[in-house]
Formats: sequence, structure tokens, C-alpha cells
Amino acid sequence: MEHEWITGTPKLWRDIPLIIPFCPGCQHGTAIKALCEAIDELGMEGNAVLVVGVGCYTMASVLVNVDSIMVAHGRPGDVASAMKRMLGKDTIVITWQGDGDALAIGCEPTIHAAARGEKITTFMVNNGNYGTTGGQLAPTTIMGQVTTTTPFGRNQNQGYPIHATEFIGGLQGVVYSARGAFTSPAHYQKTKKYMKRALEKQRDGIGYGFVEILSTCPANWHLSPKDSLKRIEEEVIPQFPLGEFKNVDKIE
Amino acid sequence: MAEKILVQGNEAVGWGALAADCKGFFGYPITPQNEIIEWFAKEFPNRGRVFIQSASETGSINMLHGGVATGARAMTSTSGPGWALMQEGMSNLANAELPCIIVLVQRGWNTTRHAQTDYTSVTQGGGYGGYKTIVLAPKSIQELHDFVQLGFYLADKYRTPVIVLSDAILGQMMESLELKTLDFGPLPDKDWAITGKANHKDGNRRFSSIAQGMLPTPRHPNLCAFWEDYTEKLDTIKKNEVRYETYQVEDAELILVAFGYVARVSQEAIIRARKKGLKIGLIRPITLWPFPSEIIRDKARQGAKFLVVEDNMGQMIEDVKLAVEGHAEVHLVNALDRHLHTEEGAIYPEKVLEKLEGLVKEGGL
Repeated sequence: MEHEWITGTPKLWRDIPLIIPFCPGCQHGTAIKALCEAIDELGMEGNAVLVVGVGCYTMASVLVNVDSIMVAHGRPGDVASAMKRMLGKDTIVITWQGDGDALAIGCEPTIHAAARGEKITTFMVNNGNYGTTGGQLAPTTIMGQVTTTTPFGRNQNQGYPIHATEFIGGLQGVVYSARGAFTSPAHYQKTKKYMKRALEKQRDGIGYGFVEILSTCPANWHLSPKDSLKRIEEEVIPQFPLGEFKNVDKIE
Repeated sequence: MAEKILVQGNEAVGWGALAADCKGFFGYPITPQNEIIEWFAKEFPNRGRVFIQSASETGSINMLHGGVATGARAMTSTSGPGWALMQEGMSNLANAELPCIIVLVQRGWNTTRHAQTDYTSVTQGGGYGGYKTIVLAPKSIQELHDFVQLGFYLADKYRTPVIVLSDAILGQMMESLELKTLDFGPLPDKDWAITGKANHKDGNRRFSSIAQGMLPTPRHPNLCAFWEDYTEKLDTIKKNEVRYETYQVEDAELILVAFGYVARVSQEAIIRARKKGLKIGLIRPITLWPFPSEIIRDKARQGAKFLVVEDNMGQMIEDVKLAVEGHAEVHLVNALDRHLHTEEGAIYPEKVLEKLEGLVKEGGL
């Protein structure tokens, strides 16, 4: 009987002699794997351009075997908007960002790219803190969460988390917004489906797509990989519910 | 015969960009450069070119980053406060070695009136990391138009951002402009452009990074490798691209050094001084970086003294002092020598003449 391998690294994951600086249990690797598969399954390898911000996930800019550009912290929305307009409709322009990148320092480009209805796709990996710099307060840190800059837990003094997928979905220029997670194989498949749908909206020239991906940060959460997944299910998802928030085929 | 039109300096920027086949413009409103973004908003979309009004100057410079990473020519423009917001982006463009043009229409600190207060910022690399960019300083509407084209050429030749330094006077005044496309010769292919793998002859991925040295790029596996190459590039620019203009320096005992509109004012002062028998000349830097240090040093060694004329409180004078290497006196006419002692005033030939006559008298030239 013929066997088909269903494990292993994705086709677009580059085999390079670099130490990948992801901590045990971190899901950035999982997210980049889903990205590789989504691009490959949609046959976008040749015409995809990946615009990557600054964070641990910046490694995506060297890991994914498509044309890639690493840009200023927070600014993929600006860079990608210009690239798409210059390159035209046949190029698929994707931004790969963290929650700090897209929603704190990069709030302006993210919102304005969405509001202009740029035909680009933003994937935002949300781990609730600044992983690269040691786990500080992020726009997505949930109430009560301890970070290095909310040592007593986030409270009203630091304000409230931003639910990007919901409010970006409310903008007229946006045709797709969804939030997924990787806490189980089923969730992985569903999240990848969201990512592919957002890319299809761009391919079909409909408009801006935004997918938020909930991710673990065991090292900065001070939890084991397993407990980190449990935290996402028990503490994060109730605050950041999963699912599609907008899915339209034309801008009214 | 080439077509001649009467235009404002800010509009001349647009016509120059079009002649250089610029494909994209990204800008944000700020006085006194608003006519530039308005020109592009009107003239670019109907020619199938890209115009985006950004949400800030930080946005403009990063859109520019994306625009030129595709290999196409693109530009932005701004004034002082917006220029300050662009500094991180400038560092990134320099590190990523992406060719582009920034037209900076200077204003007086944070008034909306004219001045030359951004000399130090543009020549010293105002952002982080220790980079330099070519700075072209036009003195007329024709030169604004021509230098935008020259700027695009130099940017592509050296893979570097280039600044065209205008000011509120050049931007707002009108002069006749001869529309012409300048040919500077062949340029290397942009094999590095980020356009999607299917568009590359070899089918391999391209990677552009603002962190050359940290994330290894094919040319630069580490930071010192990048520094080595980058410094060599700057040295080549310094060797090949110094541009300046001289006026009656051969027998001059006192040489004025001025750029932009002030160079025209200074030249008028020299015409009047020569009529009085005074041996005065002018060195007008066209590239503010690389600075024409050599001619200034040579003249200093031959015994000339210097009078720097600039519409700020003294910025270029630092470069002139470095250039003379202690061989000559260096004096200054600055923004406090305007004909009106307000932000509305300008440096007039009368004041320059008065200053230089004073120097001649006390120095016994």
C-alpha cells in the first residue's frame, strides 16, 4: 500500500543553517508552518511577497521561501500598501506581525491600510506580551495579567486590551476578519482555513483581510508548553473569542 | 525647442519626477510643501502612477520604503517637523540600501516661513546608525526640476536615499522652467527588487532587510561585513560625486560660501562688491553631502578668508571650518542679518555687502 507523508516540514520552509530562536512551546513556528502551507496550497509561491515587522516572528522573513522584506517595527501596513499598489493585482502582499507591531507602534498603518481597503492581507500573531524584549505589557495583555511592566497585573491604570479583529472588521474597507488559535489539530486546520480565506479575498481583488492568531509565549508567561496551551483555552479565548467576524464578497 | 512653462518650485518637483519616470508618490500635508502632494494627487493617478496620502510622515517614509523595494522609482516630500518623523525610516532605507528621493522644503524651525534650518540634519544623517545620504541643494526652479532627475539617477547608481533640499522661498516662488528629460547614462539592473519569485530570472527568492548584519543577507553575513561595504560605498560617493559652482574665486581675497536661495543673494552682493573694486568670490556647494571640502581647503591655503552666508544660526559654517583646517578665518552672515528682524525677513544682498565691507575694512584686505 502506498503511503503519503502527512508530517515533516512544509515545502516552503527553507532549510537554512540558522538557529531558529523560538523557545520550547512557542507557537511562532506553528504559525509560520501554517503560513507556508496556506501560500503553497493556494499556489501563491511565485507571486507572494511577505512583509515582516519586528519581533521573534521576524524569523519568518528568512524562513519562508517567498520574496520577503523585513521592515520597521510597526510599519508593515504602510510598506505592504505601497508594494501592492506598485506591483498590481497579481501580486499577493502579506504582512506578518505581532500584536505590539500591529496594534501599538503600528496602530496607525494597520488601521489606515484597513480603512483604505488596501488589497493586502494582515496576519497578526497575538501572544499577549512583547516576547522578544522579555515580556512587557502589550495592547492585547488581558486584565490582571502579570507582565514585566505590569508586575502587579494589568489594571485600570494601564487601560484595557484592544480586540483588533472585532474593530477592524467594523471598518468599511475590510472584507474579512477572523481569529484563530493553535490549541488543537482541529483549531490548527480551522485557523489555516481562515488564513486561506483572507488570502483568497486578496487574490480575487475584493479587499483587505485580517486574521489574528492566538499564540503561546511560555518563556515569558512562566508556564510549561502544556500549561500555556491550557491558559489560551481557559483564559485567553474567553477574552478573545475565536471565529469569523466579517466575511463579505464586496464592499458596500 | 523644449517647452517652457511658468511654475512654482513645488510644482517643478512634480515635473522633474515625471521626467525621471517616477512611478509612485507618498505624502502627508505640511506647509510649505503642500503644492507638491497636490500636484501628485492631480497628475499621477490619471497617468497610471501611484499616489497615496499617508496618515503621517512616518507613514510616508515607510510607504516609500515599500514602493522602492519593488524596484520602481518613487519619492516623498515634507518639511522640517515631518522630516524629523522620517528619521527612523531614513536609517532603514540607508541600511536596506534602497534608492529613493526625499524633497525637503525647509521652514524656519517651526514657523511656516522660509529658512535653511535643516542643513545639519540632512548632512549628518539625522536618524540612527551612522549613515549618510547624498544631499542636492538647488538654487532655482529649473534646478529643482533637474536635481530631482539627478537625484533619482544617483540614488539608483549607489542604492541610497537622496535628499533634494528646497526651502519655502524656492518652493513658493515662480520662475520659468524648461521641461526636459535628462539622460545621465546607463544604470545597473535592479536584480534585488522584491516582486515575487516568479518574476526573477533565476526563480530564487529575494530578501530585503533593514537589519543587514543581524539577519544575514546574501551580501552581508554580519554587521562588520556590512560596515565594510557601506563605508566603501560612501567613500566612492565622496570621491565621485562632489558638485559645486564657483563665481570669481580666481583672485578672490574673501570667498562667500552659500547654498540654495542665499547663493543667489550672495552672488548679487559680489557683483556690487566687484564694482567697488573688492576681490570677492563665491563657492556654492551643490552637494551638501558630500561637501566640497577640497576646493575650500585649497583656497584657504592660498590665503583666502571665508564668509559663510546661511539663513539659519550657523550650520554649514561647521563644515567650512573643518574644510579650512585652521588655515583661514571663517565668518558668518546668519538669519539675524535678515532685512526684517522677524520670521518674514530674508537675507538681502545689501546686508551681505555691508558685512563683507566690514570684514574688508577691519581685515585690511
